[in-house]
Amino acid sequence: MAVPGIVGVIVVTFLLNRALPGDPAAFFAGPAATQQAIEEIRVKLGLDRTLPEQFVYYVRDLARGDLGRSLTTGQPVVNDLIARLPASIELTLCGLLLAITVAVPLGVLSATRPGSIFDHSARLLTTAGVSLPIFFTGLVLVYVFYYLLGWAPAPLGRLDAFTTPPPTLTGLFLVDSVLAHDLTTFAASARQLVLPALTLGLFAMAPIARMTRAAMLGVLGSDFIRTARASGLGPGTVLVTYALRNALLPVVTLLGMVFSFLLGANVLVEKVFAWPGIGSYALEALISSDYAPVQGFVLTMASLYVLLNLTIDVVYGLVDPRVRIEA
Amino acid sequence: MNSALRILALSLVAIAPIIGTAAAQGRNDTLLVVTESGPNSMDIHGVGANRPAYQASWNIYDRLMTYGVKTLPDGSKMYDYNVLKPELAESWTIAPDGMSVTFKLRKDAKFHDGTPVTAKDVKWSFDRAVTVGGFPTFQMKAGSLEKPEQFEAVDDSTFRVKFLRKDKLAMPDMAVPVPVVINATLAKKNATASDPWAMEWLKNNDAGSGAYKLESWKPGQETIYTRFDDWKSGPLPKIKRVIVREVPSAGNRRALLERGDADVSFDLPPKDFAEIAKAGKLQVVSHPVENAFAYVGMNVKNPPFNNLKVRQAVAHVVPFEKMYTSALFGRGVLLSGNPIASHTAGHDLVPAPFKTDIAKAKALMAEAGFASGFETTLSFDQGFATTNEPMAVLLQESLAQIGIKTTINKIPGSNWRNMLLKKDMPLFINAFGGWLNYPEYFFFWNFHGQNAVFNTSSYQNPEIDRLIDAARFDSDPKKYLDDVRGFAKIVVADVPRVSIYQPLLDIAMQKNIKGYQYWFHRQLDYRQLEKQ
Repeated sequence: MAVPGIVGVIVVTFLLNRALPGDPAAFFAGPAATQQAIEEIRVKLGLDRTLPEQFVYYVRDLARGDLGRSLTTGQPVVNDLIARLPASIELTLCGLLLAITVAVPLGVLSATRPGSIFDHSARLLTTAGVSLPIFFTGLVLVYVFYYLLGWAPAPLGRLDAFTTPPPTLTGLFLVDSVLAHDLTTFAASARQLVLPALTLGLFAMAPIARMTRAAMLGVLGSDFIRTARASGLGPGTVLVTYALRNALLPVVTLLGMVFSFLLGANVLVEKVFAWPGIGSYALEALISSDYAPVQGFVLTMASLYVLLNLTIDVVYGLVDPRVRIEA
Repeated sequence: MNSALRILALSLVAIAPIIGTAAAQGRNDTLLVVTESGPNSMDIHGVGANRPAYQASWNIYDRLMTYGVKTLPDGSKMYDYNVLKPELAESWTIAPDGMSVTFKLRKDAKFHDGTPVTAKDVKWSFDRAVTVGGFPTFQMKAGSLEKPEQFEAVDDSTFRVKFLRKDKLAMPDMAVPVPVVINATLAKKNATASDPWAMEWLKNNDAGSGAYKLESWKPGQETIYTRFDDWKSGPLPKIKRVIVREVPSAGNRRALLERGDADVSFDLPPKDFAEIAKAGKLQVVSHPVENAFAYVGMNVKNPPFNNLKVRQAVAHVVPFEKMYTSALFGRGVLLSGNPIASHTAGHDLVPAPFKTDIAKAKALMAEAGFASGFETTLSFDQGFATTNEPMAVLLQESLAQIGIKTTINKIPGSNWRNMLLKKDMPLFINAFGGWLNYPEYFFFWNFHGQNAVFNTSSYQNPEIDRLIDAARFDSDPKKYLDDVRGFAKIVVADVPRVSIYQPLLDIAMQKNIKGYQYWFHRQLDYRQLEKQ
C-alpha cells in the first residue's frame, strides 16, 4: 500500500520542484556572476541535463541514500535531515501531548455537561485556538511571555546560548538529557519547549476536544453505560473505564491525523521560535530555489506518514481488543 | 464544574515550574550575535558561498594586509581605504618599475594547528583563488590578479606578486575578504584527485590562521568561534568566544536585543532601527554603505524607455523625499539622482540633479509623443520587500500623475537575479554596492559597455566606456577627477537609472559593547569588539 504512494511522491516532488520559478544556478553563482559563470554552475549542479536524465540520476542517488546537497547550508541533505528531524519530532510530540492532556479532559467534561457554561467556554477556547493563524499565536505568546513578562526564555531554538546539548542518543533533548542524568539541560530544553509546544497545542486542541466530546456523548447514551450505572458502579469507573475507553477509538484515529497536520504546521512555529527542525529547513530552501532539501523534506514527511499509519493500526489493537481478535 | 476547573488548574501547576525566569546571561567574554541566516560554507572560495560565509572566513582566516581605521566626526570608527596595514605580511615593497610587490611574512604567525604560515601557503591560496572560478576568481580579476604565474614563493617568508598591468586596485584588492591564506599542507592532505583544491573539506573545516578558531558549526542553526590565543597578526582580541545564532524572525531578533539576551544584530528592518535608536535603550551605530545606492532603473533598449525624454520625465516625478522618509525611515543619505554615493570620490561633482517637477515631466512626456501616457510594469525584488514595496507604491502613484500606468510585479528573491540577467524588465527598483570605494569601479560594473549583470538598463555608450577605462588607470589626480565628472555627467544626462538614496548599514548593540568598526564587506569583525 505504502510503496506506490512513495513512488508517486518521488515523481511529483521532482517535477514540482523543477516547475518552481527561479534559477538556482543564477542564485548560487554569486553576486557578480557573468553568464559564463552561471553556465559553469549549471553544469556543476547537473541542471544542463534533460529532465528525464536528471530524474534517472536522482532516483539512482536516492537508492544509495543520497538525497543530494543543500546549497543553503552547504551540507548533504541526509545529514541535515537527520540532524533536524528529532527537533521537529520532539516539538510535535510535546505539542500533541499538551493538546491531549488539556483537550481530552475538556472533551470528557463537556460531554458530561452538554449545553452548560463549561461546555460553551470549552468550545470557545478550542475554536479560538484553531482559528488564530499559528504564527500569530506564536508571536503573541513570545510578545507576552518573553518580551513583556520575561517569564519564558528567549526564543533562541532548542537551548539557550550557554547550555551545551546532551550527548546524542535519540536526538530528543528531553530524553537524551534524562539518559545523561543532566537535569540542568533537561530543564533548559523543557523551558525552550514550552511556548512553541503551547502554540502547536492550542492549534491541535479543537479537533481533539470536539471529537472526544462527540464520541463520549455517543457512548454515554448507550445501553451498556446505563447497565453499568444501574449495577451501581461509581461515576468515575463508569466514565473512565467504560465510557472513555470505548470513546477513544475515533480519538486515536484522529490523533494520527492531528499529528500529521501538526508536523506541517510546524513549519511556521519553527520559523517564529528559531526552532532548528525540518520545517524551517524546507522553508528556507524553498525561498532560495534549493531543490534537494525540499525533495528530501517531502520524502521524509511521506515516509513519516506511512510509519504513523502503521503505528496507529498497532495502537488500535491495544485500545480495542476486537481489532486484535478479528485481525 | 469544580472538577473541571481543578483539572485545568492542575495542568497549569504542572507546567509552571518549567517556565521559570530566563536570566540574561551577562558573560563578559562571550558575544552573542543574532542573524537572519548563517553561513553555508567556511570557505569564501566555495561555490555559492553566501554573505554570512564571508563573515566566517573573515574572522577565521588572515590576509596579507588589512585596512587602517579612521574615526569619523561622530566618534564612530570605520576602515580607511587609503591605508593598507600589515596582517600576515610584516612589510612589503613595490618594485621600482611598479610591476611587482614583495611581501615579507611574519615569522611568528601560526595556523590553528600550530604549524607556521609560509610563503608556500600564500602561493597555494592565491593560486586557488584565481583558479577555482566563480566569485573569488572574478574578484581577484578586479585587481588584475589573474594567473598563478603571477605569484611566487621566493623563500619561506618572502612572497612576490607580479603585476600584469599598473592597476591601482591591485594592492587594495589583496586586502578584501577573498585572498585569504589557507593552511596548504592541511588542505592538501584532505584533497582528492577529483578535488585538488580541497573544496569539499574546506567548506566544513577551519584551516586558517585568523584571530578566531571555529569551535562548532551547525549549519542553519549556530556557529561558535573561540579566540586563537596564539594570534600574532594584530592585538589579541578581547572577546574570547562568539556565538552566532540564527533567528529567522525579525521581531524576535529585536525582542532578544531589547530584553538583553542578545548582544548584537545587523539584521533588522529600517523601521526597527529608527525606533530602537529613538528609544535609547540600545546603541545603534550607522554608516552610509559605501559606493552603494538604491535606484529606479529603466531599460534603454526597449520602448518606451528607449526614449530619452520619457526617462527624463520619470526622473522628474520620482518622489525622492517621500521614499526616503516613509520607505526608509530616513536611514540613509538622499541622493536624488546623483550617480555617485556620499564618501566616494566625485560625490560632490554632480549634486542632486533632479527635483520633483510635475509640469516639466508632463511637457517632456508630450515632447516624447506620450501626452496621454502608456502602461508598463514596475518590478522589484520581493526579498527586500520591507523597503522595496512602499517605494514601488509611491513611485506608482507619482507616475500615474503623468499618465504612466504601472502594474507592480513582485519577483521572488530566488528569481530576481534571473530576471536581471534577462534584462527585459522595463522599469524596476534595485540596488548595487561595490566593495572597493572607487567611482570607476561602480561605473565599470553598472554602465560599462561590457554589459555585466549589473548594467541592468543595458546601457551602451562608447564615450562613457572611454572615460571609465581612463579613470581606472589614471595616475594624475586632476585628470582622474575630470574623467569621473565626465562619466557622472553622462549618466545624469542619459538617465538610464535614477539614484534615490544611499542606505545606512545599521547595527544594534547593547550599550556595553565597544569597538565596533564599519567594514566595506558589511560583516561583523569580532576582533575589535569588547564588552565592558
